[in-house]
Amino acid sequence: MSTIKPNYTRPLDIKNGRVDMSHGSGGRAMAQLISELFAAAFDNEYLAQGNDGATLPVTNGRLVMATDSHVVSPLFFAGGDIGCLSVHGTINDVAVMGAKPLYLSAGFILEEGFPLADLKRIVESMAQASREAGVPVVTGDTKVVEQGKGDGVFITTTGVGVMREGIDLSGDLAQPGDKILLSGSIGDHGMAILSQREGLSFSAPIVSDTAALHGLIAAMLDSGARLRVLRDPTRGGLATTLNEIAKQSGVGMMLQESAIAVNQPVEAACEFLGLDPLYVANEGKLIAICAPEDAQCLLQVMRAHPLGKEASIIGEVLEDAHGFVQMTTKLGGRRVVDWLAGEQLPRIC
Amino acid sequence: MKYVDEFRDGELAKNIAANIAREAVPEKIYRLMEFCGGHTHAISRYGLVDLLPDNVRMIHGPGCPVCVLPIGRVDQAIRLAREHGVILCTYADTVRVPASDNLSLMRAKAKGADVRMIYSTQDALKIARDNPEREVVFLAIGFETTTPPTAVAVKQAEASGLNNFSILCDHVLTPAAMHAILAVEGGVALDGFVGPAHVSTVIGSKPYEPFADDYRKPVVIAGFEPLDVMQAILMLVRQINEGRAAVENEFTRAVTREGNLKAQELVAEVFELREVFEWRGLGSVPHSALKLRPRFAAFDAELKFKVDYIAVPDNKACECAAILRGQKRPQECKIFGTVCTPENPVGSCMVSSEGACAAHYSYGRFREAA
Repeated sequence: MSTIKPNYTRPLDIKNGRVDMSHGSGGRAMAQLISELFAAAFDNEYLAQGNDGATLPVTNGRLVMATDSHVVSPLFFAGGDIGCLSVHGTINDVAVMGAKPLYLSAGFILEEGFPLADLKRIVESMAQASREAGVPVVTGDTKVVEQGKGDGVFITTTGVGVMREGIDLSGDLAQPGDKILLSGSIGDHGMAILSQREGLSFSAPIVSDTAALHGLIAAMLDSGARLRVLRDPTRGGLATTLNEIAKQSGVGMMLQESAIAVNQPVEAACEFLGLDPLYVANEGKLIAICAPEDAQCLLQVMRAHPLGKEASIIGEVLEDAHGFVQMTTKLGGRRVVDWLAGEQLPRIC
Repeated sequence: MKYVDEFRDGELAKNIAANIAREAVPEKIYRLMEFCGGHTHAISRYGLVDLLPDNVRMIHGPGCPVCVLPIGRVDQAIRLAREHGVILCTYADTVRVPASDNLSLMRAKAKGADVRMIYSTQDALKIARDNPEREVVFLAIGFETTTPPTAVAVKQAEASGLNNFSILCDHVLTPAAMHAILAVEGGVALDGFVGPAHVSTVIGSKPYEPFADDYRKPVVIAGFEPLDVMQAILMLVRQINEGRAAVENEFTRAVTREGNLKAQELVAEVFELREVFEWRGLGSVPHSALKLRPRFAAFDAELKFKVDYIAVPDNKACECAAILRGQKRPQECKIFGTVCTPENPVGSCMVSSEGACAAHYSYGRFREAA
């Protein structure tokens, strides 16, 4: 009879346990957290290799790489959480370059004392988002910081994708006459977060639009429309993203306010807090700039996709040495839609 | 959105615009001041100037709470936060108002001061309750709209013995500022006022009657929605054409002649007039601001921490003073859009989107470019 006892490790106490410093120390506790929580959730052949990095096949063509750090508070919000957000955000950054997203990496900075149950929820949400998108998390890292030195969880994801042949998208390619398309309503993500933070509730709750856009983008690229620029208007909102493009391309723009969709609860919350939805973050919307002759065709393709049902043509690129993004308001007047100055702060009276 | 869309209807706006265009006498210039920053914002945000004939000109008034706050007042708040270690709470873009030494409350925060942006005085009280070992000061700014909530907070703090709470009172009065604009020697080039919206819900329309009676300037109180503003402009044009000067009320859904008596009583119970208050732009204006009554002295941060007000002159190149009085337009200031931008405001008019300069910079500067 053998005298060697089988290895036994008490399983992680997901229900009541909390992250402690040992989970980042490189020892057994860390190995256990990785295998029972991360590897179990992400479960794929690359992670299963158990190495410091993932070995991936090399593809022909050009690689696209993008990275995004997520520090959202609250961590859980209507329509999503920091987990799925960190997957969608990076997939979108790769996809708007005109690439097919292939792999993700994930770096976690955990704060000592963070409940393991919440961590599990976040990791499972990430895993589900990554499975649904067909883009696996192939490598990762975990660090733990002392209590008070983090905000629960910070997640940095990096995505790698491969460029489609013959696609050339860039923020400096917008030309006068081009049409500007928007895939749906604006301000949903930012106001979902803010209304939750401020404890505002509405009869219809505001739900974040967080979503992976690579499917919609693939359909748009397949359409053959002459696309010049694709961007996802995240932080800073639609206004900031359009100003970035105008600056890069050295052009102006004229938007039609009436063509820009804002969901009613978002409009109400913005009204209440004194904010302008044009500057509020989105996490599942894109801006496309294309040749004028292809705009209608592209619009139909976008509307045929579930994430582009409310797509519309919101304006046109103009020749303008000043690079002004302007808008014809619903009232029939004109205004500049400027860069956001600092943080968007509510007005007082 | 119900109760909002009705007041932003583009078709109705065109109808009113057509009436204004028809009724405004071409030989005449109509110089109308919208007193409130809320109106300035609505005019710029909706591009209403495009709907008006050239001879109906809007002049942006001083009714932007952060714009009229002189440097010395912000310095006081910064001193409280940095030297006395208090938690300094205030509203919104007050944190961006430029102060001495290239500071603002936001920059003081980055240097370690505990500055917090709040939405309501109730938030400040909660911070005080949650931090019994810290002193919490609310930098109370704004016109008559924001004064009653401050009065409520002071009374609540008194009732609950919240001794670590106090206020730095910079509440100012609208009619006093209008007097200061009109009382300029030789008169001012103004033909009428679009009167305040939210302020008037509190003080009513009665306090504006001297402007019509004594100065012969028509006043039309208007809501902050674009159609309110358009309708008020039409009403002003009509009064001017008829040679009348009366206080009229476009904002009847919220404003009465007497105003909110309960709020007025509350304010009178907690506050009294300051002998004199220095405004940015308007200079020292007698009886134009409020301070706590002696009964509430324990909640007066100026007394509690002995931080005196030290007047600091504005930047020499800054034209905020002339702009706030309606004597210059933002684009006539040399540093507008060059040295002074919303990112790096030199003068306070460039801080809030209600400020004349920031509103013109953010929404209207394509007009000069054209």
